[in-house]
Amino acid sequence: MAALLVLENVDARYGPIQALHGVSLTVDEGSIVAVLGANGAGKTTTLRAVSGTVRRSGRVEFAGKTLRAGPDGTARRGIAHVPEGRGTFAELTVWENLRLGAYTRRASKDDFARVEQYFPWIDERRSQQAGTLSGGEQQMLALARAFMARPRLLLLDEPSLGLAPLLVTEIFRIIRELNEHEGLTVLVVEQNAHIALQLAGDAYVLEVGRVALSGPSAELQQHESVRRSYLGY
Amino acid sequence: MLGFSRKTKVTTGASLPVLIGLAAVCVFLIVGSLVSDIFAQQTVAGLAQGAIFASLALALVLIYRATEVINFAQGEMAMATTYIAYQLTLWHVTYWLAFFLTLIIAFVFGGVVYGVLIRPVQHRSVIALVIITVGLFILIDGLVTWKWGADLKFMQAPFGNQVYHVGGVAFSRQDIGVLLVSILSVVVLWVLFQFTKLGLAMRAAALRPAAASLVGVRVDWMLAIGWGLAAMLGAVAGLMTEPSQFLQPTMMQAILLYSFAAAVLGGLESPAGSVVGGLLIGVFLNLIGQYVGFATSELRLPIAFAVLLIVLLLKPNGLFGRKQVRRV
Repeated sequence: MAALLVLENVDARYGPIQALHGVSLTVDEGSIVAVLGANGAGKTTTLRAVSGTVRRSGRVEFAGKTLRAGPDGTARRGIAHVPEGRGTFAELTVWENLRLGAYTRRASKDDFARVEQYFPWIDERRSQQAGTLSGGEQQMLALARAFMARPRLLLLDEPSLGLAPLLVTEIFRIIRELNEHEGLTVLVVEQNAHIALQLAGDAYVLEVGRVALSGPSAELQQHESVRRSYLGY
Repeated sequence: MLGFSRKTKVTTGASLPVLIGLAAVCVFLIVGSLVSDIFAQQTVAGLAQGAIFASLALALVLIYRATEVINFAQGEMAMATTYIAYQLTLWHVTYWLAFFLTLIIAFVFGGVVYGVLIRPVQHRSVIALVIITVGLFILIDGLVTWKWGADLKFMQAPFGNQVYHVGGVAFSRQDIGVLLVSILSVVVLWVLFQFTKLGLAMRAAALRPAAASLVGVRVDWMLAIGWGLAAMLGAVAGLMTEPSQFLQPTMMQAILLYSFAAAVLGGLESPAGSVVGGLLIGVFLNLIGQYVGFATSELRLPIAFAVLLIVLLLKPNGLFGRKQVRRV
């Protein structure tokens, strides 16, 4: 498989605080890759380094070309980032959120039909204010909005955060479907290592801004320190 | 972590009591107009005046929503663009062509003000922004006086001076024209914001700039366009003020103050509120002037400020604003 996204020796900083120290990772086209780690390990910053929402140095390559753009330019290159806090527009309607998702392209009826296929509840809620949806619905709306962009790469920041276990399972099922049926490549950041390792083919474990471990999920699941620190057995 | 959403936010939308109150005001004005000719005359003249307050108040609100700063120079920008229209008519451009050319110039002017003066300091300090807009006020005032002088200038009356008589009521064609042009520009803007992709992107950029940039919106451009549109509305307000106040560098200063009152009355975050607020204040001032004996024209500004103070004390979010606390 060809590598869609390559990070090589990426540093990132918030003012004087360096959050990433030489992170390297590869996401193959059509795969799901998970980034695990404790709070403050640099998971979110890794995604932000890709989408250009944090100051970064090092090499970030997407589809064979170096990524230099800021967030809006990155979005136009085909990378959809569902950030921490989901990035939905709470004041706007569900429908307007979806239209904004397709901002970089001409959305057709077909796009909305495809969204409905994965999120059947969305049509009847289309004129509802996004801020009045439940947490799970907002997370699904964030996914749907990202999908409207028809991205080549989806960056997901803790899709399980604050959701009931049943909803988490549902969301991860949809992510898997989008990956299998639409060929969507996904880089997902998760605290919930258990479910992330089930979903992803490969995973990286970050510790204080560095890659501590990486490899196929099946191997990491067996790894002594991962089991103890992140899986809890 | 870094502000994809705000902790508290004023949402806009009228509550039921406010809507009932507004309906009552409408009924009062209609009944009064049917009963008394003078009342009807004063109401229409008040609406025309109020529509100008509404345009300028809407310009203030647009900028406040996009950049979270009160643009103290809004009135002077409007005045300057009106002088540009005047200059165009001196060059024998017909009035309405000059009107539309001025709107385009105003749009560019507003965008440039954002790009050159506001954007560089936007995220640094609110005080700096306020000082910049106050400085711009003084700068424009000085430049216009230097170029065109402080004496009164006159433009051709765009709507003529005819008066229509309906029953015993006399409506001036100018009031009707001012009212229609101001309301039309507000409606065009509303359609742009509500029904176009550009308008949606502009709203997204103003509400949540970080999230908007992640879906590919060029936030800076959207804010510059917002400033341009606000300057256009200001130009409409200035051009519609000219027939009654004539051209002078101070022509928009009192109007800016009425527009502040209108914007605060409507709720600073609410475009619809600013329009309703402007119309209400226009009509209110006119009717008070007519029926309250001691309220001479010297009391107009104090009354507007009394409205502003009362709103700030009793209903700080205005008629159309509601404070809402939401999870981050």
